[in-house]
Amino acid sequence: MFQILDPAGAEVGVIPDDLSDERLQEMLRLMILGRYFDQKAISLQRRGKLGTFAPMSGQEAIPVGSVFALDPATDWVVPQYREQLAMLHWGLSMSTYFLQRQGHPIGATLPTSHRLFPQQVALAAHLPQAVGVAWGMRLQGEASVAICYFGDGSSSEGDFHEALNLAGVQKVPVIFVCQNNQWAISTPVAQQTAGTIADRALGYGIAGEQVDGNDPLAMYVATKRARARGLAGEGPTLIEAVTYRLGAHTTADDPTRYVDPAEHERWTHRDPLIRFRAWMQNTGRWSDEDEVLAEKWCEHEIERAVEGVADAGPPDPMALMDNVYEIAPATLARQRDELRAFLDAVVSDHRQPGSAR
Amino acid sequence: MTGTVKSMVEAIRDTLDEELAHDHRVMVIGEDVGKSGGVFRATDNLQSKYGRDRVVDMPVSEAAIIGASIGLATSGMIPVAEMQFLGFSHQAFHQISHQLARWRYRTNGRFHAQVTIRAPFGGGVRAPELHSDAFENIFTQGAGLKIVAPATAADAAGLLRSSIRDPDPVLFLEPLKGYRLVRDEVPAGDHTVPIGVARVAREGNDVTVIAWSAMVQTSLEAAERAAAAGIDVEVLDLRSLVPLDVQAIAESVAKTGRAVVVQEAPRTGGFASEVVAVIQDEVFLSLEAPVLRVSGWDTPYPMPLVEDHFVPSVERVLAAIERTAAF
Repeated sequence: MFQILDPAGAEVGVIPDDLSDERLQEMLRLMILGRYFDQKAISLQRRGKLGTFAPMSGQEAIPVGSVFALDPATDWVVPQYREQLAMLHWGLSMSTYFLQRQGHPIGATLPTSHRLFPQQVALAAHLPQAVGVAWGMRLQGEASVAICYFGDGSSSEGDFHEALNLAGVQKVPVIFVCQNNQWAISTPVAQQTAGTIADRALGYGIAGEQVDGNDPLAMYVATKRARARGLAGEGPTLIEAVTYRLGAHTTADDPTRYVDPAEHERWTHRDPLIRFRAWMQNTGRWSDEDEVLAEKWCEHEIERAVEGVADAGPPDPMALMDNVYEIAPATLARQRDELRAFLDAVVSDHRQPGSAR
Repeated sequence: MTGTVKSMVEAIRDTLDEELAHDHRVMVIGEDVGKSGGVFRATDNLQSKYGRDRVVDMPVSEAAIIGASIGLATSGMIPVAEMQFLGFSHQAFHQISHQLARWRYRTNGRFHAQVTIRAPFGGGVRAPELHSDAFENIFTQGAGLKIVAPATAADAAGLLRSSIRDPDPVLFLEPLKGYRLVRDEVPAGDHTVPIGVARVAREGNDVTVIAWSAMVQTSLEAAERAAAAGIDVEVLDLRSLVPLDVQAIAESVAKTGRAVVVQEAPRTGGFASEVVAVIQDEVFLSLEAPVLRVSGWDTPYPMPLVEDHFVPSVERVLAAIERTAAF
């Protein structure tokens, strides 16, 4: 398994020389934001202010390490749903994310500043889509790759197989990042597959490697390598990022029903934040003051996002009719008129959710 | 500009050729579409003309063909994906109905999927299991997707061109039975047929028969037989199922007061039922008789040697016309 920092933050590999101290600090700050984000979002969810969402604690190094290896001007990020940090780094505002989890129609808005796909809840359905977008870039002569995230559970889907196979045949510049967090809701990876996920690359004739997913530097270097391979016309890469889900699958899940506390305890010692922070501190790149500033920044970012949610106001029910087609056909336009007439007749204010009863 | 008489499959091939030439972003992808030219030769010689990057033999992976099409379209390409048979498209159902159809909606309009899916379907050619089913109704609930089902070579050419140029995804259904049997004049040049507009295939005053795809020809033959018996039948070819030309249906049935809807699929939950509902919504007071459906039976598609008793025949359509006329 490829590793640069061991769980205590000691160097066991070659430190990448193309990451400035500022970039490294940015990476650590983003990982700290992930942990804060989980705490804040879980508390909002418990108070009914946020819908179900997938916490990321324990897995912060994967989206952060990998997304920092990409070019924001050219590359596509194709997430599943536990890569909030990659999405935030790829132009998504946190308030939009919160609105999406609340179920607000404007929460589906994607940034135009970056090439970002929406979250995907149909597991592995986004893998062939990522292949298509990276393939299309190459056909149009653009030096661009797509990175596609998914979990160990998704690796059992047919779309996983179809996507990796097609990407191999067409030598598509796509990077598949499997966040193997050991659990697909309550199903342990041993019941997901009898093999090793990274080894499957061999069968598709593509590059594959197992990377310590709790080591952001290893993720950075592995992604960078995969990107270079893709742009050189050498095809896709499957990165199995070995990690652990320290929290629940989603806020609707109770892992105490199936997770062995001793296993959980073992993985807390491999926490990516402990490791990266220790290395940053030991090498003089991160001070106590930096930590305080980072915490303040996280609090500010989250407060700002919560304010953004409040500013959005309640949704306009008519928004549910938008973006079905470029131009609504007559049949749908009539239904839109029907809804509008109903709302006008029954409620004076469309923007009162639930009052149309 | 004069036209050329072509079979439906020739009209489709030539339109693909013209669109590949017209716009360098257009691609044809599917199983066996390249060197072999497609199992029905609908893509004959296209790969030798446009190269392996634009006419691509895909792995036998229906979900990846459609999923990759979404990505290709998002990157700026215009894929025309072939499902070798509509019956195989269920292995891509989630990509078609949940992903492709909703791409614009799921991204709040940030992305759209200019994707055409071509799929042969329907019975009458003694094909093996799952090659003949008419599953079109299943896709009509996937909002965001358009569905067209031409009955003539001219409409196949015009609707295919409109589909490829439509910014929204289109499922383009090709009648297996009509591929070579249907021959008519295809206008030359940049011939398009608007999606969502039905066609009066035969004018009449007594009964409206509503059909699409291969059932239009069956209905026209039944109409000729009915004429001999003194019943003047109008045949309305829907051409598009989504969006549905409600106005054309309403106008025709308002005129005749009687309607028969013909579909190949099993009766329960079929698209004919939707058409019947539209008729009673729009022109209830014009109706002189109950609206009848002629359809496949509520069975799986049968073994080929008995399929002629499953797919609506001229005789069954004629019997329905006579029944409604006599009501």
